[in-house]
Amino acid sequence: MNDKANKIAYAVFALAVILLGWQVDNEYYLQLMIFIGLNTLLALSLNMLMGYAGQISLGHAAFYGIGAYVTAILTTTYQVAPLLALPAAVGTAMLVAWFVGIPTLRLSGYYLGMGTLGFGMIVHIVFREWSSLTGGASGFVGIPPLEIGPVVFASGKNYFFLVWSVVMLCLIMCRRIIDSRVGRALRSIHDGEKAAAAVGVDTKKLKLQVFVLSAGMAALAGFLYAHLVYFISPGTFSFVASIRIVTMVVIGGMASIWGALLGASLLTLLPEWLHAFSEFEMVVYGLILMSVMIFLPRGLTRGVLDVYERYRKSHER
Amino acid sequence: MSDNSHLLEIKDIHKAFGGVQALCDIDFDLEKDAITGLIGPNGAGKTTLFNVITGVFPADRGEIRLAGQSVNNRAVHERVELGIARTFQNVELFENMTVLENILVGLHTRTRCGMIDSILKFPRIRREEKQARKRAAELLEFVDLADYAPRRSSDLPFGWQRLVEVARAMAAAPRLLLLDEPAAGLNMSETRRLGDLIHQIRDQGITILLVEHDMSLTMSISDKIVVLDQGRKIAEDTPRAVQSDEAVMAAYLGKAQH
Amino acid sequence: MQEILQYLFSGLTNGAIYAVIALGFSMLYSSTELINFAHGEFVMLGSLCMVTLAANLGFPLIPAFFLSICAVAAAGLLFERLAIRPVRHPEPIVLIIITVGASIFLRGVGMLIWGKNAHSMPPFSQHPPLDVAGARLLVQSIWILVIVAALTAALQMFYRRTLTGKAMTACAVSKKAAWIVGIPTKWMVLLAFGLSTGMGAVAGAIIAPITMSSYDMGTMLGLKGFCAAMLGGLGSLWGAILGGFLLGILEALGVGFISSGLKDATAFVLLLLVLYVRPQGIIGAGEVKRF
Ligand SMILES: Nc1ncnc2c1ncn2[C@@H]1O[C@H](COP(=O)(O)OP(=O)(O)OP(=O)(O)O)[C@@H](O)[C@H]1O
Ligand SMILES: [Mg+2]
Repeated sequence: MNDKANKIAYAVFALAVILLGWQVDNEYYLQLMIFIGLNTLLALSLNMLMGYAGQISLGHAAFYGIGAYVTAILTTTYQVAPLLALPAAVGTAMLVAWFVGIPTLRLSGYYLGMGTLGFGMIVHIVFREWSSLTGGASGFVGIPPLEIGPVVFASGKNYFFLVWSVVMLCLIMCRRIIDSRVGRALRSIHDGEKAAAAVGVDTKKLKLQVFVLSAGMAALAGFLYAHLVYFISPGTFSFVASIRIVTMVVIGGMASIWGALLGASLLTLLPEWLHAFSEFEMVVYGLILMSVMIFLPRGLTRGVLDVYERYRKSHER
Repeated sequence: MSDNSHLLEIKDIHKAFGGVQALCDIDFDLEKDAITGLIGPNGAGKTTLFNVITGVFPADRGEIRLAGQSVNNRAVHERVELGIARTFQNVELFENMTVLENILVGLHTRTRCGMIDSILKFPRIRREEKQARKRAAELLEFVDLADYAPRRSSDLPFGWQRLVEVARAMAAAPRLLLLDEPAAGLNMSETRRLGDLIHQIRDQGITILLVEHDMSLTMSISDKIVVLDQGRKIAEDTPRAVQSDEAVMAAYLGKAQH
Repeated sequence: MQEILQYLFSGLTNGAIYAVIALGFSMLYSSTELINFAHGEFVMLGSLCMVTLAANLGFPLIPAFFLSICAVAAAGLLFERLAIRPVRHPEPIVLIIITVGASIFLRGVGMLIWGKNAHSMPPFSQHPPLDVAGARLLVQSIWILVIVAALTAALQMFYRRTLTGKAMTACAVSKKAAWIVGIPTKWMVLLAFGLSTGMGAVAGAIIAPITMSSYDMGTMLGLKGFCAAMLGGLGSLWGAILGGFLLGILEALGVGFISSGLKDATAFVLLLLVLYVRPQGIIGAGEVKRF
């Protein structure tokens, strides 16, 4: 039954995406929605790690960046076809995640946060300083558009459908993982690592697996980003970017697939709305972050449900 | 030299935390298909022994053998796969998951579906999932909590949570079940039911090591009692003999006089 | 030789700054188990307050110094009252986001008040740099080292000698136990916030003369101070000092002998090394928190 509701949700969602893509012609809105898609991918990938498995990462933008830079270098400097660069970009990020994950995932709580933060900073500095490869602080120019066979993904509409198909696929993939034996084991780690091990979950291996999966998804987003904007620079993958991804997850609601979508949408749109505040933008952004966390620490999706629950209970009495 | 009738052999185990000698020279065997009671005053080292048997931390010295095989080098989850399951003194359910899901996680070692499998959802995986759910339902039936399957585990009363934990441990299809104070927080009739349950589990061919402060329960269901005091084994005998053992009396009374 | 000495001087100066910032992190962590990601922003506030008071409004140095610290500490107290205490489930992830939100907020405030430009002020005293074996030593560096030494001594006195200091140590060991013996833990948390942010302001005020202060200077300083705290051992006074100087010196040597581009990487490489090899830090004692 739950399964059925799920399928309906996906159908409605797919329909909404198609309708939007079909009806909206304004390039600016299309671009905005593409960015929402990319951010949804990022939030979803981190949500698998943080929301479900309970492992904080403050350096997730590093994998986003690895995806973007690997494809940029391959397709521009070495003239590799973008479609061939895709497995390389995702694969590199996953490999890096595997190596970094082994020592880092032994840590927990703040220490894990710090380990991932350090890793993210180092990757960011590498992007910035290895100028011969990455173009350094001024960025990497001239990334070619994505071509798959005869189709060139250049116009806003094309790219919109590409990105949102990927998002859709990833949503389904994550949903399936979560509803399976693996997903339950992940959530058990979140609730209590000691107890999870005591019922036979190989916590070390499983944490590493989600970390690698999550890195791969972030790199996929990076790949799509690079071929969308044709120009990348280290600033996009800094500490602030990592924090933004964490914020999307937390504000949308941890351990919630649709929360990732909500969080990503809000955090993509918020700065657009905040432009109206001009100088006060940062102040307002900071205030919103703080107030959501103080008043709805379980994120908006859960938070609204909690409030509703309380309302219902008080009404029953 | 290991005898076939011994499922678990605890050999010369030592464990110290800083200056505290939590376990010292512990040595005894668990008879196959028997219920062994492990008693001792607070801080005697009972939970620590559980942690050593399940591999939460390594012993400083000594060996744990399951069915003749040393498990010293096995990680916690590997020992579960080999057949050692446990419950915790302070119930450790996965509180954000439902009762049913808790049992399903308990079935982790008895199912195979990996990350890729879960994404591709082969028919084999669907079948496995279906069987797992069926088995989980049976286990909940066994502890008489089938009606509560969809409830969040933390919403259940404490005593029932203990039963869920027992069912979760049973899900791993263990050969050896370690129960750490399963009756704490239960009322009289619940305790009696728990006694029946433990008997039924034993009758399924599962060896049990039971830590319990409720003496009437322990004495009535155990085939053998091991007594620890301040990290040392001070007695190992039948319930009747242990009750009249002087060293045991002294350990308990000595504590009581403080 | 002369070159090494020159790097050492700059390393010591920066190290002293990192040490003070690390102290702020460490003492807050030891009494509240909280890592304040906005700590660097309090350093920024301290620095900009100092510039405004001393250089623009013409206050004498000493009142400007103390006034800056008090103002920032007051902001820290307000922060605790308004944003930290109302949190019902203080899990690390929630606190991380709140403090990150605060850091963005404070950066925004900094920009509103001081604009996007960088500000500077003259050194505390107008002496020409000293010549030590051919290397130049800024007088401001000496000021910094002296102030840091005095601060360390004062803190040590506070924790060892005063009742409040001892009560804070008790809180660090066990909040519950401290509460049971009648220590007002809420006040202790508030006090810890005040002291910690005040310490951040000290760091800001003493570097104001040797750097350009601007609204976005805090983030990197904060992160590095944090690395220093981890390096020495989070929650330990001497650990923070050691970590700070070690980081400062290694960073300076790295800049001198490897590449200036990698300056910022030093801190984070050290951070990872420490986390992987010895998460309790060089002189941290693991679970036991001591100050
Ligand atoms: N992880 C640990 N770190 C340090 N000391 C520990 C640890 N676990 C147990 N101890 C110490 O080892 C000793 C034995 O503790 P243990 O929990 O095994 O006793 P117990 O027999 O289970 O007592 P109880 O009946 O109260 O549950 C105690 O002194 C305890 O303080
Ligand atoms: Mg115990």
